[in-house]
Amino acid sequence: MAAPPTPIEQQASSGQDAAACVVIFEDVSIAFEDKPVLDGISFRLGKGETKAIFGVAGSGKSTILKLTLGLLKPDTGHIYVLGEDVTQMSEDALFELRRKIGMVFQESALFDSLTVRENVAFRLLEEGTVSEEEVEKPVREALSFVELENTVDKFPAELSGGMRRRVAIARAIITHPEILLYDSPTGGLDPVTSTTIIQLIVKQRDVYKTSSLLVTHRLQDAFIMATHYFDRKANEMRPLPPGTRGEVPMTFLILRDGKVIFDGDVHELAQSKDEYIREYIS
Amino acid sequence: MELISPTEFAKETVLSVQEYALLAGRSVANLFRPPHYFADMIQQADLIGVGSLPIIVLTGLSIGAELALNSANTLQRFGSLSLIGQLVSVGMVRELGPIITGLMVAGRNASGMASELGSMVVTEQIDAMRGLGTDPMKKLVTPRVVATTFMLFFLTIISDLLGLFGGAVVSVMLFGTDWRQYWTTAYQTLVFQDVFMGLLKPIFFGFIIATVGCFYGMTARGGTQGVGRATTQAVVASSVLILVVDLFITKLLMAVFSYQ
Repeated sequence: MAAPPTPIEQQASSGQDAAACVVIFEDVSIAFEDKPVLDGISFRLGKGETKAIFGVAGSGKSTILKLTLGLLKPDTGHIYVLGEDVTQMSEDALFELRRKIGMVFQESALFDSLTVRENVAFRLLEEGTVSEEEVEKPVREALSFVELENTVDKFPAELSGGMRRRVAIARAIITHPEILLYDSPTGGLDPVTSTTIIQLIVKQRDVYKTSSLLVTHRLQDAFIMATHYFDRKANEMRPLPPGTRGEVPMTFLILRDGKVIFDGDVHELAQSKDEYIREYIS
Repeated sequence: MELISPTEFAKETVLSVQEYALLAGRSVANLFRPPHYFADMIQQADLIGVGSLPIIVLTGLSIGAELALNSANTLQRFGSLSLIGQLVSVGMVRELGPIITGLMVAGRNASGMASELGSMVVTEQIDAMRGLGTDPMKKLVTPRVVATTFMLFFLTIISDLLGLFGGAVVSVMLFGTDWRQYWTTAYQTLVFQDVFMGLLKPIFFGFIIATVGCFYGMTARGGTQGVGRATTQAVVASSVLILVVDLFITKLLMAVFSYQ
């Protein structure tokens, strides 16, 4: 993977115009078995921006990712992904669009009957644009990005939880998607492994400038992402210099009772007067 | 146990039938829409066809032998033991061969498909496959439907032949029937209608086994318990459906061929 240089991008604000946004939710509602989960939510994800989505369990965080990918259809509202309205698209048309999107599922969702190599290469082999021999190089590169080159011939069951998440990230990024969706990538992992995963997400954000939606329960993970950048020369995540503000394209979205109660950057979040938000971040 | 109202039950039943019909329809329509997963079809044909061979060999031999054993007693009373070849032949080829093979493959493979696909659903592997731009209907369902339909046809032929062989062994060894006479009567009594009926049924049965197994797998909900429930339902539904469809096909073909 040829990585571009690593300047820290200007933050993509959520108020920018539609043309600069890769994901737009407009008044989206969805209910499961008559229980409303999302109730008229609207937000935008700018190009190159990473948006962390918070909320209590069952607040519809993962549903937002599945709606973005077109795996679920909303009851009302419109969702525009890379300029296309996914709520109006057929399943066949969605398969084309999904090739530009990568998703890391909550429990990794690796194909357990396939090896790590076959899992990571799945999308390339399915697209049929490369032969089995040609697929080896991008697979090695993707696994090298997550530092798991030595696991190519293993099955998912032989890997630890953290390694499975990293393989899932490798599978999601192998085709250099324009959007990445992370569903609780650090859930259930120990702090050291969580930091490794967060570093990979920051690396993807700052090196490849991929727009991302990140669902997480762990506020500290998102704060690390908002206060750190990836230093390509040192090949590690580093804290932003003191006094810098808004240098990383990172925003926060908080859900409560099916509605968006906050959408802004880390500084706006820290200054919020909303009692619920203050309690949430304390 | 949660009780549901009759209206909800009726709605859920109609919805399930609709979803099954859509899955069955799509599995056939996908044959005419690329991409085609030939390697997966061959792999499934190996798993379903070759994998089922041992139980088909055993059940085919047993059913033929038991049919001969039971009918010989009655035939002996009327001094018609020489007809045993005819009886086993018609019984196996028209009815028992397809039915027993269908039920055996349903027990083995409808459950396998439901549990495999059900596990993939509850662990989000199906969502991941859709997310990676691959249609699970084309990649997982259609190859299983094609492989089961194709392989059940040949498994039924093997079962028929082994049933006839089992009947021959019992007739010759226990009742002293002539080996040559057995095979001659068994062969001569079969007409085109018998063979056609016997070989048309496995095509329907194979389709039922695969679509029902895949349907319960793809609609599994509720973790490992849900997968277990889907597996049981797949075997029960496919077995019952095979017996019901067999009745209708038999009656229809009898009417078409003007059987007495």
